[in-house]
Amino acid sequence: MSTHGTSAIEAHHAPTKKLFMWVWFWLLVLTGVEVLLAYLKLDPHPMLVLLVGLSLIKSALIVAYFMHLRFEKLGLFLIIVPSLVFCLVMILIFVFPDSLRIVRLHP
Amino acid sequence: MAEMDVDAVAGQAWGGGVAPFATNTKKLGMWLFLLSDSLTFSTAILAYAYVRLSSANWPRPFEIYPAIANATFLTFILLSSSLTMVMAVAAAHRNEIKKAVIYILLTAVGGVAFVGLHMMEWFRLFAEGVTPWSNKWGDPLFGGTFFGLTGLHMLHVSIGVIYLCIIALGFGRRKFNADHVEVSGLYWHFVDLVWMFIFPMVYLMSVNLKG
Repeated sequence: MSTHGTSAIEAHHAPTKKLFMWVWFWLLVLTGVEVLLAYLKLDPHPMLVLLVGLSLIKSALIVAYFMHLRFEKLGLFLIIVPSLVFCLVMILIFVFPDSLRIVRLHP
Repeated sequence: MAEMDVDAVAGQAWGGGVAPFATNTKKLGMWLFLLSDSLTFSTAILAYAYVRLSSANWPRPFEIYPAIANATFLTFILLSSSLTMVMAVAAAHRNEIKKAVIYILLTAVGGVAFVGLHMMEWFRLFAEGVTPWSNKWGDPLFGGTFFGLTGLHMLHVSIGVIYLCIIALGFGRRKFNADHVEVSGLYWHFVDLVWMFIFPMVYLMSVNLKG
């Protein structure tokens, strides 16, 4: 992430075509890994953690390279990502204890 | 169109600069929209997780063929359309108008293919008795959440295709500049990103392992 005052236009030229091809390739590889994982007959919880973990890596690749956030000013990253994480954590804190309580109520 | 000189103000970001993020207002606006839209999708996915956890007879109906194979191919289409979109943005910034328009239109074709194949999947499920309000395999909320989530995503893809066609037309006629192309690219990559969560949560977590 560039912290100095780089020109937005200059910044667009930072990633190369080759880099984009690599990101695309790794996104496809991670998708393949996810599909294979789905057939490993794991328990739902470790499966969910692995799949969501891989999805988070994939989305980080998309945001950082395809959406250029890695090449923007740090300030832009700081107004977007922490606020999203904060909102998601708040939703999880309020929703999931209730959802898991219902699971325990099942016979 | 008067463009802001981001270089002139970037150095004095918080000292009264008009562009503290060293970007144009369109891009900042799109990022803030995507932030709010990501919360819309997050709550939809969490609601799906909630009802699934709370259900005693949630089905796992998807076989490797056709459902998983189709959804994996849809992922490939979306990822490839994102690649053509970054190529379009790069070409637009190099002022290669024809090349950029071709890449944008290729991206839109990817979007149309995605919607077409996904609609076929929907109709196959309708034929098997799964609708937004009923499900012969178990909990009716399976149908509600499946069509709700994938429908919301497909709506975004469809709007994206229209958006990209407008941008391609405007950029080809030099009414829009490279920043417009880049901002439409942000939207398109976001639609791709959301699918990276819907695909494992809705499809891969519902693979039929009994077969």
